[in-house]
Amino acid sequence: MVERRPSLAVLAHLVLALGVAIVAFPIYLTFVASTHTAQEIVQAPMPLLPGPHLVENYTAALTGTGEGAGSNAPVGRMMMVSLVSALVITFGKIAISLLSAFAVVYFRFPLRELCFWAIFVTLMLPVEVRIGPTYKVVSDLGMLNSYAGLTVPLIASATATFLFRQFFLTVPDELVEAARIDGAGPMRFFRDVLLPLSKTSIAALFVIQFIYGWNQYLWPLLVTTSEDMYPVVIGIKRMIAGGDAAVGWNLVMATAILAMLPPAIVVVLMQKWFVKGLVDTEK
Amino acid sequence: MEKRVRFRSRWLPWALLAPQLAIIGVFFFWPASQALLQSLQQQDPFGMSTEWVGLENFRVLFADESYLESFQTTAVFSLLVAGFGIAISLLLAVFADRVARGAMFYKTLLIWPYAVAPAVAGVLWVFMFSPGVGVVAWALREVGWDWNHLLDAREAMALIVMAAVWKQISYNFLFFLAGLQSIPKSLIEAAAIDGAGPWRRFWSVQFPMLSPTTFFLLVINIVYAFFDTFAIVDAATQGGPGKATAILVYKVYYDGFKALDLGGSAAQSVVLMVIVIALTVVQFRFVEKKVQY
Amino acid sequence: MATLEIRDVRKSFGKAAVVHGVSICVEKGEFVVIVGPSGCGKSTLLRMVAGLEEVTGGEIVIGGRVVNDLEPKDRDIAMVFQNYALYPHMRVYDNMAYGLKIRGMSREEIDGRVREAARILELEALLDRKPRQLSGGQRQRVAMGRAIVRHPKVFLFDEPLSNLDAKLRVQMRLELQKLHRRLGVTSLYVTHDQVEAMTLGQRIIVMNAGRAEQIGTPREIYDRPQTTFVAGFIGSPPMNLIAGRLSADGAELQAEGEAVRLPVPVASLAGREVLLGVRPEQLRAGGGQLRVGVEMAEALGADHLVHCSLGTQPLVLRTAEDLAPAAGGSITLGFDAGAVHWFDPATTRRIDAG
Repeated sequence: MVERRPSLAVLAHLVLALGVAIVAFPIYLTFVASTHTAQEIVQAPMPLLPGPHLVENYTAALTGTGEGAGSNAPVGRMMMVSLVSALVITFGKIAISLLSAFAVVYFRFPLRELCFWAIFVTLMLPVEVRIGPTYKVVSDLGMLNSYAGLTVPLIASATATFLFRQFFLTVPDELVEAARIDGAGPMRFFRDVLLPLSKTSIAALFVIQFIYGWNQYLWPLLVTTSEDMYPVVIGIKRMIAGGDAAVGWNLVMATAILAMLPPAIVVVLMQKWFVKGLVDTEK
Repeated sequence: MEKRVRFRSRWLPWALLAPQLAIIGVFFFWPASQALLQSLQQQDPFGMSTEWVGLENFRVLFADESYLESFQTTAVFSLLVAGFGIAISLLLAVFADRVARGAMFYKTLLIWPYAVAPAVAGVLWVFMFSPGVGVVAWALREVGWDWNHLLDAREAMALIVMAAVWKQISYNFLFFLAGLQSIPKSLIEAAAIDGAGPWRRFWSVQFPMLSPTTFFLLVINIVYAFFDTFAIVDAATQGGPGKATAILVYKVYYDGFKALDLGGSAAQSVVLMVIVIALTVVQFRFVEKKVQY
Repeated sequence: MATLEIRDVRKSFGKAAVVHGVSICVEKGEFVVIVGPSGCGKSTLLRMVAGLEEVTGGEIVIGGRVVNDLEPKDRDIAMVFQNYALYPHMRVYDNMAYGLKIRGMSREEIDGRVREAARILELEALLDRKPRQLSGGQRQRVAMGRAIVRHPKVFLFDEPLSNLDAKLRVQMRLELQKLHRRLGVTSLYVTHDQVEAMTLGQRIIVMNAGRAEQIGTPREIYDRPQTTFVAGFIGSPPMNLIAGRLSADGAELQAEGEAVRLPVPVASLAGREVLLGVRPEQLRAGGGQLRVGVEMAEALGADHLVHCSLGTQPLVLRTAEDLAPAAGGSITLGFDAGAVHWFDPATTRRIDAG
């Protein structure tokens, strides 16, 4: 800032604090709700301070022994499904995209342009737009209710490939030339030079893809029908299916907190790379 | 786009591309073309026969009241989400930029919602506003406002807008903050020397310099409102009451999987595809051009 | 057998010809400099020798083998880049060892070679550092180290000193000369700086617009430039070229009504349209052979550059004396017969006359 305007600074802090409060409030409330019994919550207004039932509630949620009217699937199992699919999507996408971007940027071959555009097109159409037929394909391949069905169709989109391509274009040409003179073939160059230089992008993409994979809703909704293959975000919605009063809100909220933890942890741990990578490369 | 240096190899690039091409071939191009095909056909309810109906499905679609309503709902929804999302995060970003030192602190606190799943966000907000149980609903009743989003269409819309905006604030905030921090300080100082106060400076220097960012986020937010909010709708209102919050993507799902109208659902998918492609093209054409100064 | 032979090498990008038939034999241990302005094709030529560009016509022969179709790594060459091209994530040691590692050399041998190169280039203390922790000059030395450890048949240098500041450039030039004297590896060096060319090269190729205008030792290039381009490119300030017609008796050059009296008449060129070339340092003030108007004098410390004009043609005189002629004043100049160069204005080629 240029001049000293203490009143403006105070206003700024106020607004920001308000912003943080609004952003944090729902989460705080959720946490509080997860520490009371269902009855305490249902009598509006619910208490605004944490209660004593934390351990109870979380255990009940994780092991699926709640008594709400909605689904009571063990959250532990669902967290596992979410974790596995998120990781598979993340690693799968990153690995495939690195290879594709490398091919498209560093090689000259017929139909290269076509391949690039074909991949680029997939950026434009998220899974929500092709649910019907994609479902049919997955079903025909016998991949319903499986990790493969949950993850492979989502590896199709090209966000990661595009991002890596943008990054590779900024790597100086001389490095490739020096590597060629040193005797490195393409894969050697890829492994010894390109990959180490891509660490930041990979880290940023890891966060983005993990969250993307963890938060998937519509697609798992379609391809899984058995309780033990539900990711936790589906599970949580099904828990509130039974009409307000009958729902075990305390457990729902406990589940919500559990569902929010892994992505939050990933974001916080990788915050530095993530923010840098997101803003630098998306532009 | 072109690199001066290339490796020479006949087969290696194909081997590298094979996994991605295979996956997008099977799970993208094939279904997309199927969707196109299906949108031009009609299947009888038992799946016994399909007949070619050309653009009939589309004609029916656009003549269908509820579809057009859904269009309107989606338009309203996305404008509200984009509008509020951008305005609020811009405000926060401007103030965060101003308190330079505290920016890091606020940044850490404000990026949380990015990690929250839309489905969970929907559940949280429905919990807060639930007429029977919700704290906020109770508070509103105390001041005389009988909140019930299960009955009132406008309140239902408000609910999903709030949940959607809440989630997007962090994403928009990050971009705006980065955009603000990349404006050369010398420009702002020059304006200050010219006598412009902070309010003036914002509108004549910072806001114009942010226009590429704003445009970019506008497109992103609209795409977000169109698609990523499915989970919020499903968790909070399931498209109700009636069809008041049935945004387009929700309708595609409902018609395809609940009502089993495959032809109609496919046609809707195709319409959505066209819209997204148009939006993406707009974004790449205009944003990529404007981003260079 | 020459270590490196470039036989009528040509390069075109599509229809555009960038290098037109250059040929040279570089003997073992020779240091050849390719010099020319930007865009003259010198880097392209170097890259063709390296194998980084395809050759459109002609042959590149290294150690008796035609290498046109060989990958860079199989040509037994090493290259030093203008931007150093060091692998940013590897230590200095690993940067130098990389090429050897790929070739499957034993760890002991790699270590031996790397340390030897480090000793020669005084990099021993820096072996564990990463490139971003080094200064420009240090990075350049690491780049050279990477080339040295390969013990190649030919060193290729692509404007290696262009990114250094002036003072460092002078220092590195001397180090390069010492290095060459010590290692004696055949070298091909590209630069746009004629000072580097004159001091480093045992032979120089002067290139312009894709053609080799002249190939020769620095002495030859300086004393007998074959074209007006070479005459103007080598030497700073560039050679003065006066356009005019020789008198019938060959004793005077008539240029726009002004006369230049020649120290020795040149009968063979009598009556011809010619370009007379004479270097600024070889003009003498007060010589009485031609009268020029003084525009401006620049004092460089040890020398003075006096900018004059003969009619409308500009001339530069380099002299140690402080003439203090007023701008607008006029002086006479003189020169010896040996300082005269003749060029044909139509072909720009040198005329050898008497």
